[in-house]
Amino acid sequence: MTLPEERLSNLKRLEAESIHIIREVAAEFRNPVMLYSIGKDSGVMLHLAMKAFYPSKPPFPLLHVDTTWKFREMITFRDNIAKQYGLDLIVHTNQEGVAKGINPIDHGSSVHTHIMKTEALKQALDKYGFDAAFGGARRDEEKSRAKERVFSFRNASHSWDPKNQRPELWNLYNARVAQGESIRAFPLSNWTELDIWQYILTEKIPMVPLYLAAKRPVVERDGMLIMQDDDRLKLKPGEVVKEKMIRFRTLGCYPLTGAIESDADTLPGIVREMLIARTSERQGRLIDKDESASMEKKKREGYF
Amino acid sequence: MSYAEPLQPEDTPQTEAEQAVTDYVLAQESKDQLRFLTCGSVDDGKSTLIGRLLFDTKLIFEDQLAALEKDSRRHGTVGEEIDLALLVDGLEAEREQGITIDVAYRFFATDKRKFIVADTPGHEQYTRNMATGASTADLAVLLVDARHGLMVQTRRHAFIASLLGIRHVVLAVNKIDLVDYSEERFEQIRKDFEVFANGFDFESLQAIPMSARFGDNVTGRSPNMPWYGGSTLLEHLETVEIGEHELEAPFRFPVQWVNRPNLDFRGYSGTIAGGRVSVGDEIVVAGPAKTSKVARIIAPEGDVNVARSGEAVTLTLEDEIDISRGDLLSAPEGRPDVADQMAAHLIWMSEDALLPGRSYLLKIGPKTVNATVTEIKHKINVNTFEHVAGKTLDLNEIAFCNLSLSAPVAFDPYEANRHTGSFILIDRMTNQTVGAGLVWFALRRATNIHWQALEIDKAARGQALGQKPAVVWFTGLSGSGKSTIASLVEKKLHAEGRHTYVLDGDNVRHGLNRDLGFTDADRVENIRRVGEVSKLFADAGLITLVSFISPFRSERQMARDLMGASEFIEIFVDTPIEECKQRDPKGLYAKAERGEIKNFTGIDSPYEAPENPELRLKNVGRKPEDVADEVVEFLRARGFLNAANYGMHGDGI
Repeated sequence: MTLPEERLSNLKRLEAESIHIIREVAAEFRNPVMLYSIGKDSGVMLHLAMKAFYPSKPPFPLLHVDTTWKFREMITFRDNIAKQYGLDLIVHTNQEGVAKGINPIDHGSSVHTHIMKTEALKQALDKYGFDAAFGGARRDEEKSRAKERVFSFRNASHSWDPKNQRPELWNLYNARVAQGESIRAFPLSNWTELDIWQYILTEKIPMVPLYLAAKRPVVERDGMLIMQDDDRLKLKPGEVVKEKMIRFRTLGCYPLTGAIESDADTLPGIVREMLIARTSERQGRLIDKDESASMEKKKREGYF
Repeated sequence: MSYAEPLQPEDTPQTEAEQAVTDYVLAQESKDQLRFLTCGSVDDGKSTLIGRLLFDTKLIFEDQLAALEKDSRRHGTVGEEIDLALLVDGLEAEREQGITIDVAYRFFATDKRKFIVADTPGHEQYTRNMATGASTADLAVLLVDARHGLMVQTRRHAFIASLLGIRHVVLAVNKIDLVDYSEERFEQIRKDFEVFANGFDFESLQAIPMSARFGDNVTGRSPNMPWYGGSTLLEHLETVEIGEHELEAPFRFPVQWVNRPNLDFRGYSGTIAGGRVSVGDEIVVAGPAKTSKVARIIAPEGDVNVARSGEAVTLTLEDEIDISRGDLLSAPEGRPDVADQMAAHLIWMSEDALLPGRSYLLKIGPKTVNATVTEIKHKINVNTFEHVAGKTLDLNEIAFCNLSLSAPVAFDPYEANRHTGSFILIDRMTNQTVGAGLVWFALRRATNIHWQALEIDKAARGQALGQKPAVVWFTGLSGSGKSTIASLVEKKLHAEGRHTYVLDGDNVRHGLNRDLGFTDADRVENIRRVGEVSKLFADAGLITLVSFISPFRSERQMARDLMGASEFIEIFVDTPIEECKQRDPKGLYAKAERGEIKNFTGIDSPYEAPENPELRLKNVGRKPEDVADEVVEFLRARGFLNAANYGMHGDGI
């Protein structure tokens, strides 16, 4: 099937729209930053940023909020990418949280995420005075995201007010903020998970190998397969570590990220699996489990 | 060449199954995208229809379904069945109210097209949201309830869709099951709509009888309506031909970013807003009309020879000409309008009414300028399309207006180009997006009035008078003591030989502004005129003392912007309202409290105190003489009174 000559394909339209958004942020804000979470969406977003400014480098640094509980492979990958792309990478960890020993295993997903992710992010944004931060969130991920603007306004305490969002028409984005206020910009707003994988495949964008199936040590906990990425994951009575052929659909803190059993060890294999999938990707995230409106609550508090 | 080449991983040998997937995915590259808008009231079953499309296209995943069943028991309105509408009503608060109040975006895909649905509420108070959804849509699905037929709101939806440039419409005659799948009923509604829509510029109009709740004619043909031989909704969405009008338009390229990595490369990045461009094409910068030729086109995939509307590219030119963000490059044979006045439709999106004369920021493409609405020609009743007179514009109202911009801008009529003919208005104080505009045409007036350059300037006049001209702007509540202090300050300045003039609120309202009342709109115009007059007086070299309540920050800012840097001195006469009421020199507070005066500042009209005035005068328990001295000393310290005063002691003695 081919398109009539007068139409741009879905991926071309998405790509152009994202590049437009990224350039607009760079042009309008004094001090933007790109949140880099190492996952596939971040990877696509970064790839688009490289295209947007070529032959220049993107005129903003990358920021990774490190909870200290990310998969080790993610950290290695992150450092390689920053080096290969030649970009400044800021890594921020909530040191108060570390001092208090906050961790996902003893404190649970909601406390850990709040302190080590949401609070840490706010600390970093305040510390460097960023007035705009790119995030790789997509509107198809979750219901409260469906109404999020591309330029999402945050007040001086970083919170989001769903009742008071700026209307967003055409491709005209209102970038005006007062001192201390900021914008979270979402260039991938209109992408779906399938679009992301299609783009990764056609553009050959490098990805963390954890997305591909391999034999990895896992334990079954609360109905999820948790990988034992290091010895901080202590076994509970009755738990056993098994080597299983697994992969991840999303990546986060390893004790909070459920794996799926899979044989898909190549990119086309993943896409094939996704096309026939019957479960959405956020299922693997403990964060959303608590209640169906939990994402909205988090976002009000300043989560991405 | 693009940046990514060194990073590409080795191609790994693939199995047959993987090759098949790769082929499939690569074939998807030619998949089309269709953005459409659904509008209709909650009761028309709009959310149910979208839920049905998502459900039937198998994008509702198992776990989302499980959560849905749980939620349906809590909020659902259709008993034990799954309530498809809950799939799409996003935010907590809305779910509890049972209505969709914002624009939400949904996604689904078939093998032919990917769909982006803007889901917008249909009530009149949400015109704003519908316009937002419509601004990026190619097609609109208008829902009507088969039992009720065309309603006032159907007319409204068709009107807004048409205004925003949507040329393809589907009339979804929903709940057909509730009229026994009646062909007669459907035909009647279809005919009614066709007659009504005749006046709009729709290229395609398809009426489809359906039941979103049971799925008839949404994605599958309905066995209940053998009389209907047309497409199902999904078939129609998959196949309707959407031409891109911007592609046929002349070349337009708003410069978003100047790309300057080193001295050898100077590129202009942006998204092509109309037509096509090829290497070697001549282009012209709108406004200064400088021309050059395209040397390179760098697309996301690397260098290309041709690019088209909708693509985000970087252009380099053969000549070094001065181009910056906000400039519009175009084809020399089809140039845009360049003007500082225009007529446009405005959709108001803020709780605070549009006030003609107030200065807003206008963002058109990558360019932002100051703008004021100089005249509301008429408002449009969105239900009857009648033109009505109006002095202000409230939330969700639409009007045809004249606007005046602080600088000439390049643009096209919206009808000719959606990208270069659309703008937003931003409130300068709150930074909110308050209005959306669609350019109708440029007003030529602007080009016929040229600024007369005069040889003797303000500095020269000021020097001759031995002073630095200034506008000293006293703001404060009625009865705060503005006029008393301004008058005393003038006396003191006069005594030392300065040249002054006092513009007093009450006095000016007897003459220049006697046609103005006390509504917000008139207050804005009042201050605009006084601002312009004080600008002329300052230009004449005078120290101009302005004593006006001037309750709104925006207008004081506007007055400030008219003057040169550091020429405008805002003095806040800070007297608490209790004290003002007690003084009440003209008996006005008493009248206002009895309801005899409307829109009285501090009583039933707001006073926005200055946040950073140059001087704040505490005017309670002090002698007016002392307060006036404070002002004079402030002016002296700022250097306004320091120049030698030739006039008094000068030549010949």
